[in-house]
Amino acid sequence: MMELNAADLTTKNIDEGCSSSGCGGSNDQLSHLPEHIREKVHDHPCYSEEAHHYYARMHVAVAPACNIQCHYCNRKYDCANESRPGVVSELLTPDQAVKKVMAVAANIPQMTVLGIAGPGDPLANPERTFDTFRQLTDKAPDIKLCVSTNGLTLPEQVEELCQHNIDHVTITINCVDPDVGAKIYPWIFWNNRRIKGRRGAKILIEQQQKGLEMLTEKGILVKVNSVLIPGVNDQHLEEVSKVVKAKGAFLHNVMPLIAEAEHGTFYGVMGQRGPESLELQELQDKCSGDMNMMRHCRQCRADAVGMLGEDRGDEFTMDKIELMEVDYDDAMQKRAEYHASIETKREAQKNKNNETFISISSIKRHKKKQSRPVLMAVATNGGGIINQHFGHAKEFLVYEASEMDVRFIGHRKVDLYCSGDKTCGETETTLEKIIKTLNGCEAVLCSKIGYEPWEMLEEAGIQPNGEHAMEVIEDAIAAVYIEMVKAGLADKNISDSEMQIRA
Amino acid sequence: MSYEIIESCVNCWACVPLCPSDAIYEAKPHFMINKKKCTECDGDFISAQCASICPIEEAIIDSSGDFLNPEGSLTGISPDCRSQVMVEIQAR
Repeated sequence: MMELNAADLTTKNIDEGCSSSGCGGSNDQLSHLPEHIREKVHDHPCYSEEAHHYYARMHVAVAPACNIQCHYCNRKYDCANESRPGVVSELLTPDQAVKKVMAVAANIPQMTVLGIAGPGDPLANPERTFDTFRQLTDKAPDIKLCVSTNGLTLPEQVEELCQHNIDHVTITINCVDPDVGAKIYPWIFWNNRRIKGRRGAKILIEQQQKGLEMLTEKGILVKVNSVLIPGVNDQHLEEVSKVVKAKGAFLHNVMPLIAEAEHGTFYGVMGQRGPESLELQELQDKCSGDMNMMRHCRQCRADAVGMLGEDRGDEFTMDKIELMEVDYDDAMQKRAEYHASIETKREAQKNKNNETFISISSIKRHKKKQSRPVLMAVATNGGGIINQHFGHAKEFLVYEASEMDVRFIGHRKVDLYCSGDKTCGETETTLEKIIKTLNGCEAVLCSKIGYEPWEMLEEAGIQPNGEHAMEVIEDAIAAVYIEMVKAGLADKNISDSEMQIRA
Repeated sequence: MSYEIIESCVNCWACVPLCPSDAIYEAKPHFMINKKKCTECDGDFISAQCASICPIEEAIIDSSGDFLNPEGSLTGISPDCRSQVMVEIQAR
């Protein structure tokens, strides 16, 4: 069906259009980066949006101590039921961590990356962090290592980091202005003393910036994470994005603040709100003029295991790992084969996508009337295809289709409303919640959808669509968009206020 | 002369590697300070290391039972200003 529409809209001027997904925006936000950087992140799920559909990562919780306080963090990290940064179930020694990595990498062949991200700050626990890296470099040379830090002690540890075959570092930088910083960081621990308020924030900012420059000088890729805190740094993050780009960061990941009273964080308890999905998107779009923005982050736990958006940590607790027998060499061989098959699949999909982009960009020349961009949500189990039942989706990926291209915007988490049995109950309220989280989307694509949610979605102005099951996400969205354009549903003259009423 | 960790401790480990006397140890339900080893950092540091990195208010006491980090000292918000600050934060 998609090919038919594409053919309809194709014009003679096709050779004027760009057949490359790297032109005028694309589904891969890294496509305009130099080849050597793209190669480094090609199979890293946390750095490449495309890669996260195929590859898995894990974090090991070896770094408990932290040297700063952030208002969005509660240092009581021991919780099994929460999924957010800084939370872990069991703290591991470096030896246990290595054992766990080997077991996971043998059982999840998609695994390419091991990160240390906490639950405290990895560089505030240098012995434990570097001991883990040292052992893994030796035992699992095909697994990429990376580390995520607040940056306070980064400058003094850049040399050591370079010794460990780490080519990715993430620094959390929420501000470059100490006055903003004083509202986020109440204190830091520096030169054996606690330094509070603006003074502490100023030192932290200086150390982060210095560390960033030193790493990029060494050729290590740096991603910057920022937490979007409404009323604190929302007006300031555009500036942060510019500054870190100028200093060599290659990717900026702006994440929404998570602040619930029950998490016991300062912000949570004090009633600081987190941003709405559209507020986050707006800021990401503002920053994207200057910087590559990462939009697929799932803000995972410091002991997450598996594909982004899933957590298989329960399958790999230390007591279960003790019972597993792992043949390291055999596992590494199997991983290599699995990764090769993934790459073949990716290559095939890439070629298909390029065809889609030609057809979308041709709409503009074909029609006089201009079309507006449309947001659509997708239910997927991974693999870059539409393969999930609406009722099983724990999250939806949101894409924007426009005359230029189809681009990934972000993901929105929902409460699972159908677990398969008949005792679901309260379906309506949960559905209403899902509809609220899909605010701004005009269509939702899934493999299947029940009658009841179908009706409610339609009423809410979100068109359910199960016609593109098992198709590549970008292709399917392009096809739906082309249909909307043809039906006059994406004309520019639909006013914003009208859109909001529909949403 | 010794400090003491009490039940508000969240077992975050931050203090353990900093202690110049190696006096802090993991225990249930919370970390403990070996009273015989603790020197209150006298002669080593100007400020007690455990209390300087501890993220929790009212988790460490001195020998007279006073909190090293009393309520409001780490958030920078004194208890009587708290509700005012809360209103400001909720208006964001």
